[in-house]
Parts: sequence; C-alpha cells; structure tokens
Amino acid sequence: MGTRIYECISRIAERIIDNKEYLTELDREIGDADHGVNMARGFQAVLEKVPQDSDDVGAVLKKTGMTLLSTVGGASGPLYGTAFMEAGKAVAGKERLEAADVPAILDAAIAGIQKRGKAAQGEKTMLDALIPALETYREKLESGSDLSEAMDAACAAARDGVEFTKTIRATKGRASYLGDRSIGHQDPGATSATLIMEAVRDFLRG
Amino acid sequence: MVIVSHSSKIAEGVCELALQMASDYEKMIPAGGLEDGSLGTDPMRILDALRSANDGDGVAVLVDLGSGIMSAEAAIELLDGEFPAKIADAPLVEGAVVAVIEASTGASLEEVIQAAESARGEEKL
Repeated sequence: MGTRIYECISRIAERIIDNKEYLTELDREIGDADHGVNMARGFQAVLEKVPQDSDDVGAVLKKTGMTLLSTVGGASGPLYGTAFMEAGKAVAGKERLEAADVPAILDAAIAGIQKRGKAAQGEKTMLDALIPALETYREKLESGSDLSEAMDAACAAARDGVEFTKTIRATKGRASYLGDRSIGHQDPGATSATLIMEAVRDFLRG
Repeated sequence: MVIVSHSSKIAEGVCELALQMASDYEKMIPAGGLEDGSLGTDPMRILDALRSANDGDGVAVLVDLGSGIMSAEAAIELLDGEFPAKIADAPLVEGAVVAVIEASTGASLEEVIQAAESARGEEKL
C-alpha cells in the first residue's frame, strides 16, 4: 500500500492500461494507432517510478508528469506530461487535498495543455472533455454540492464532451490531416482524459 | 544544432546529408525516435541532445511533425535557461542543410535560425 496520492495515481494508471486496446482502436480510425500503446507504456512507467511513500501531492504529480514526458512517445507525452507537471505546481507542498483544490488542479492542467498544444476548445482534443468538466465542477461546488457530487457531474460533462467530439472536425494533431473524414469519430485524447477523470472519481468513492 | 524526428533514421539521415556540406562541424546532434528504437519523440532524449550540441552560444533545433515540436518545446523548458535554444520554423531537410553551413562559420544562434527559416519559402519547381 502506498500513500493516498500514490493510490490515486495508480488507479489512473490501471484504468489507462486496461483501456490500451480501446484507445488504440479509436486512434486507428483517425490517427496513427498508437494512443493506447503510448499511454499504457507511459503509465506503466509511472507505476514503477513514482514514489509510493511520498505524501507530497505536488511532488508526486510532478514526477508523474516528468515520467509521462519521457516515456509516452507520442503527442500525448508532452501534453499529459505538461498537464500533470502544471497540476503539481498548483498544489505544491500540499499533503492533503480539499474539494476546492480540484478546480486549481484542472485549471493548471488545462492551461498546460493549451500552452503545449496551442489548441482551443472545439478542435476535437482532450480540451473538449476537460474544459466542460472543470466548468461543471465549479458550478456544482458554487451551488453547494460536495466533492463526490461535483466529480460525478464533472465526469458526466467530460463524457458529453467526448460525444461532442464525434460531431466536429479535427483541426489539431494527426487527425487534422483527415479533414472532414474525422467527423463521426470520437477523439482518443478526449476519451483518455475522461478515463482519467473517472478513475479519480471512482478512487474518491472508495 | 539538434535534429528532432519521430524516426531515428530520419534524424541521423538528415545529419548525414547536411554534414556533407560542413563535415568538420561537430555540434550537429540527432534526437530521433524513442530509447527502444521505436517511432516517437522523447523530450528527455532531446534534452540530452541539446546539452551535447551546446557550444556556449546556444542551440538551434529543427523538428519534423506534431509531437516533435511539442517535445522539443518541452525539452527547452526543462533546460530552464541553462543556455539559449530555439526552434526554427523551417522545413527539416532543407532547413538543416542551410543552417549547418551557417553554423559551421561560427554564426550566432539568431543567424542560424534565420538561415534555416530562409529555406521555408523556397519553391522546388
């Protein structure tokens, strides 16, 4: 057994590794068929390299990001790597997270992805899942929901975001080379981002 | 100068081709593929290449597709200002050839970047 944050990270890793074939299959439709393989390789390395006994949430997230950066291999490496590293900065030094820390983490992760990928919402990327998830989480928290309710709603919003990516054309990444032929397919990155959100939700449910 | 590609063969081949023009230039370093030889880009490998390529004046970087750019940007951020490094907005092969000629004359980082980027508008036919 590791610390809570290690447990949370390992649940994310397991979720990604369990969905390796599924993510690769989605990427085969509109990309270079490596998203699941790359993400599984990265998160396998995370399981091995992230310290199990550290309570420092910021440091664990940063180490997760650094590991993804050096092991994923595809575009999702710098994107998720930067997302986790920026998320780590947002909660630097904390050993315990509250419901109110979640927006800070998501906000930093999204800003990191935007900086690295130079993408905006509506371009058929992971942002189409993460931005609605953050907005929904904030609204729920402001209207008095607790962490569990807010995470449920955020994950539902992320799922809706994945569905939305089926209706739009990709303008970033390999899928953009396909133009209109990318319409009708869901984005693999939005899908993996949602799997990560759902793994955290399920971890928090216990 | 660092040549970033998803493929180690492309990165090494571009270096080989460009160095025909400046065979005594020693600071042209390929950073292609992943550690296990598979296709992809790895910011840590690029970071190592940047350090090997630095001659004190900074390093020009040429890149291929999509994640090559992002991985190179991530590597430059990881340098955290140790020395200047800059990505040229240039075609990989043509840019590398012009840039290495410039670099081998002892030109500054900015001059090398400009030389690489001058290859961008060249028509082939």
